[in-house]
Amino acid sequence: MSAAATTTLPATPAATAPERRASRAPLWLILPALLLFTGIVLVPLAMTVLLSFHDWGQYKGIEPVLVLKNWHEIATDPYYAEMFGRTLRIALITTVATALLGAPEAYILNRMSGRWRGIFLLLILGPLLISVVARTLGWALLFGGANGLANKLLMSLGLIASPLPFLFTETGVVIALVHVMMPFMVLSVWAALQRLNPQVEHAAMSLGAGPLTILRRIVLPQVMPGVLSGAIIVFSLSASAFATPAIIGGRRLKVAATLAYDEFLNTLNWPLGAAVAVLLLLGLILIVVGANALVERRYAEVSP
Amino acid sequence: MSRNGPLALAFHGLFVTFMLAPIVVVCLVAFTPEGFLSLPTNGFSLRWFRAIADYPEFVHAFWVSLGLGALSSLVAVLVAVPAALALTRYPVPGRGALQALFLSPLMIPHVVLGVAFLRFFTALGLGGTFLALLAAHIVVVFPFAFRLTLAAASGLDPALERAAISLGAGGFTLFRRVTLPLILPGVVSGWALAFIQSFDDLTMTVFLAAPGTETLPVRMFLYIQDNIDPLVTSVSACVIAITMVFLVVLDRLYGLDRVLAGKGSH
Repeated sequence: MSAAATTTLPATPAATAPERRASRAPLWLILPALLLFTGIVLVPLAMTVLLSFHDWGQYKGIEPVLVLKNWHEIATDPYYAEMFGRTLRIALITTVATALLGAPEAYILNRMSGRWRGIFLLLILGPLLISVVARTLGWALLFGGANGLANKLLMSLGLIASPLPFLFTETGVVIALVHVMMPFMVLSVWAALQRLNPQVEHAAMSLGAGPLTILRRIVLPQVMPGVLSGAIIVFSLSASAFATPAIIGGRRLKVAATLAYDEFLNTLNWPLGAAVAVLLLLGLILIVVGANALVERRYAEVSP
Repeated sequence: MSRNGPLALAFHGLFVTFMLAPIVVVCLVAFTPEGFLSLPTNGFSLRWFRAIADYPEFVHAFWVSLGLGALSSLVAVLVAVPAALALTRYPVPGRGALQALFLSPLMIPHVVLGVAFLRFFTALGLGGTFLALLAAHIVVVFPFAFRLTLAAASGLDPALERAAISLGAGGFTLFRRVTLPLILPGVVSGWALAFIQSFDDLTMTVFLAAPGTETLPVRMFLYIQDNIDPLVTSVSACVIAITMVFLVVLDRLYGLDRVLAGKGSH
């Protein structure tokens, strides 16, 4: 049957007085939230887009004219290409690493008995709610120069001969970001595993499939949508991360979020900072919407 | 019932160590008796916890964060509960668009929101005020209160409300005696999650806070930018301890995986 047939409702009889009152109720209930979001989300965002077209000078400040100066600067100065390239690279590596580590961990968690599962789920998802500043500080302590704990451990295990630089490097930023983002991936794969029917695994086993075949042919295809939706979340949060690149990356290793912060609060070139932020937002929307569409088309039959 | 092989358990051990290492290190260094960053190898000391009291900026920032978290999460819940109930109860035109709008702060990077709020509140002459911080935090924590209330309200059996109506309950009595008690776990979890989000937010707040309205994460971040010493680890250990209390409460109340499902997603 066509969708149109099901949505065409029979004409409703004239509503009685109390029913009319009830049908008007939603507006009053939703209005406060709608006003709040129009006033404090949509208007500021529109103002920021406008700001990115304004002119700015060291002595004259912000001039409310419409020019393409900031956008032209971002498009032509290789500094911005390098900075956005770094942002993209860090986000991509972080996403792949969380998927490769988080998906197996979610699977292992799912096979544990109830009590252990609860404890470890709390330990692994809990860090999500702990202040990012405190977590990143932990990594700064672990990395801390040549005598950081991470290097001492790696050297005592004989894995490396001399201390590796972690602080103020992309490697360090990625490691700390993987830690910050990991709970999102585990959570997403975990949710997909909960929808899995264990009978299918049993059926495969009774038909003679080995554990590796079951994992590859039965579990992985069904969990893949969870991995991909986790990857989309991790990517968009990593590409716009601020605290971790700022603390571990230091002042030289700029990414989009830390550059916008610098332009707004140190250089005071607000229009340029606004252009960087708007470009980050547009880029992320394009990537996330595109990835979502791909995932939905590919897995339409698996996840309704 | 554990069917995990030794290889899987070894991987699991390393994974859990990785997840806990930075948090444990912060908490251990906070107890060092030395005047520099070190693990407490010769005895534990509370000197760096006592030192917090001598640094009034941290104490003041803590109260700002506490007030901001309590107020913003409360207002967010008060606005989110009616909206969530209306969207699950009535055929509202544009329901999908409204839900997307109310959840949009999860999708928009916080750095973009910070930039937009800074521009907006400065134009209004409210730059650096507590009022600006409060309004910004209400919007940013709103999705957490909204989504959990939405989940609780849509899981509600409509027969219960119909039964109450047929017994003569209406309007506010219906809400107070039937609907609210049924969705309360969702509402309370949403409030607690909203509070934690406000209490922890750095990326958006760092654009809005000025001396006097600095929140604890902002003060900690600016302090770390200058230098890292045991004092900031003891402050972090306190923040971690506060979060742990909320974590356990949320887990008992609603199940942590259910509370967090979809956090940061759409």
